[in-house]
Amino acid sequence: MNSITRYLKSLLLLELFQGMGLTLRYMFKPKYTVRYPMEHIPKSNRFRGLHALRRYANGEERCIACKLCEAVCPALAITIDSAPRESDGQRRTTRYDIDLFKCIYCGFCEESCPVDSIVETSIHEYHFELRGENVVNKTQLLAIGDRFEQQIAADRAQDAAYR
Amino acid sequence: MADLLFHQLLIPLGYIVAIVLPLVLAVAMFVYWERKVIGWMHVRMGPNKIGPLGLLQAFADVVKLLIKEVILPDRANKFLYYLAPLLALVPALAAWAVVPFSSKMVLSNANAGVLYLLAMTSLAVYGIVIAGWASNSRYALLGAMRSAAQVISYELAMGLCLVCVLVLAGSLNLTDIVNAQAGSKGLFDWFWLPLLPVFVIYFIAGVAETNRAPFDVAEGESEIVAGFHVEYSGSAFALFFLAEYANMILVSFLAAILFMGGWLSPLQGWVHADAPGWINWIWTGGFAWLFIKAFLFAFMFLWFRATFPRYRYDQIMRLGWKVLIPIAIVWVLVAGCMKYFGWVSIGMGA
Repeated sequence: MNSITRYLKSLLLLELFQGMGLTLRYMFKPKYTVRYPMEHIPKSNRFRGLHALRRYANGEERCIACKLCEAVCPALAITIDSAPRESDGQRRTTRYDIDLFKCIYCGFCEESCPVDSIVETSIHEYHFELRGENVVNKTQLLAIGDRFEQQIAADRAQDAAYR
Repeated sequence: MADLLFHQLLIPLGYIVAIVLPLVLAVAMFVYWERKVIGWMHVRMGPNKIGPLGLLQAFADVVKLLIKEVILPDRANKFLYYLAPLLALVPALAAWAVVPFSSKMVLSNANAGVLYLLAMTSLAVYGIVIAGWASNSRYALLGAMRSAAQVISYELAMGLCLVCVLVLAGSLNLTDIVNAQAGSKGLFDWFWLPLLPVFVIYFIAGVAETNRAPFDVAEGESEIVAGFHVEYSGSAFALFFLAEYANMILVSFLAAILFMGGWLSPLQGWVHADAPGWINWIWTGGFAWLFIKAFLFAFMFLWFRATFPRYRYDQIMRLGWKVLIPIAIVWVLVAGCMKYFGWVSIGMGA
């Protein structure tokens, strides 16, 4: 008896019609699509994107060449050379390179930094056009930091209570 | 002589262009519509960048395909490799010769129209088999073999469905078949009602014949990459694409003609309105009804694709041979009884 009802059910294509009803309902639902370049979804203030080196308000660079970020980097993406600065003998970096192809955007460098110098900004749209441009140097990182300092500071301030 | 040339050559040529050109355009818009509908059913938007609402997407794709190189695989049979897309496309277009768009609009009112259609749709499988073999690729060969076995088995079921229609209509002429469905009860006079199981089987077989989801093992992206047309690119691939979609539209039109009363109006015999000529077709029937019905059937193809997962190969064979064909055979007998004992009224001429 059970098998007969099963046969009848499958012959009447009931389950198929159920499935088609479902897809038809979905056809008229509002779409999830975000028209990306024109529309953006909200981004967390903890978003880890392109790196930057920050400065203090008086214009002095924060980085003291402690090389903690270089040591903690799991992808070995950071390369640092340091020497006493000629003007006042303070220890500063002479070279600060990040290979963005190696970087896995884990954020360890930012967490390890004792002076909040290296940060990952919320910039996620960037590209390279030439081989070698994937390695960003100290000048570029400082420039990014200068340009987006307001955004960086605002994101950090929002998240400060949870750190 | 010039007169003869005009009547024997130029006028039919004009008719052919008048059918094939809109057909190719319809294929382009159908591809766009498919991507749109499947997108909506996936809760996406579908193409919306090229042209207003993405309407020109299909034309952009055509241009892209045409300017691409047609790559000839190493040690492929050159002659057959280039012949195969044509063999797939030509029957798909030639079949339209006997399709009646309204009681008078038909290119060739052949008496054996259904027979011609069967012959033409059967020829299409040669294009697929030859494409698979001539490509000199394992994937293509597997796809072609699957496709050939599938098309041949479902052709039997489809043929039996057509036999039921022929028994009821008493004619192989498509115009006569539609006229036999005319009556005073509107859409309840059409053949879908007495032949309901056969109608369902016909459409399932039609989906399988055109190698569409859920019967698209011949393409089977996840197992054999793209089946018989893996090695084809550029305009040769475009021809296969065109043939597949032209066949889908053909099956939709045939379903409308054979089972849903072709150009007849579903309100026929119910409403006797004295309307002006331009709106009269709603009650008396006209080619617009055929297009509406065919459009709905074409939509079903896309709906199936968005809904059903692909059948396994042995399941397809089981469904075809052990379910569809037996039911169709039984219904041939039932249809014979209907005709013999006069259980259904067969109209002749609206």
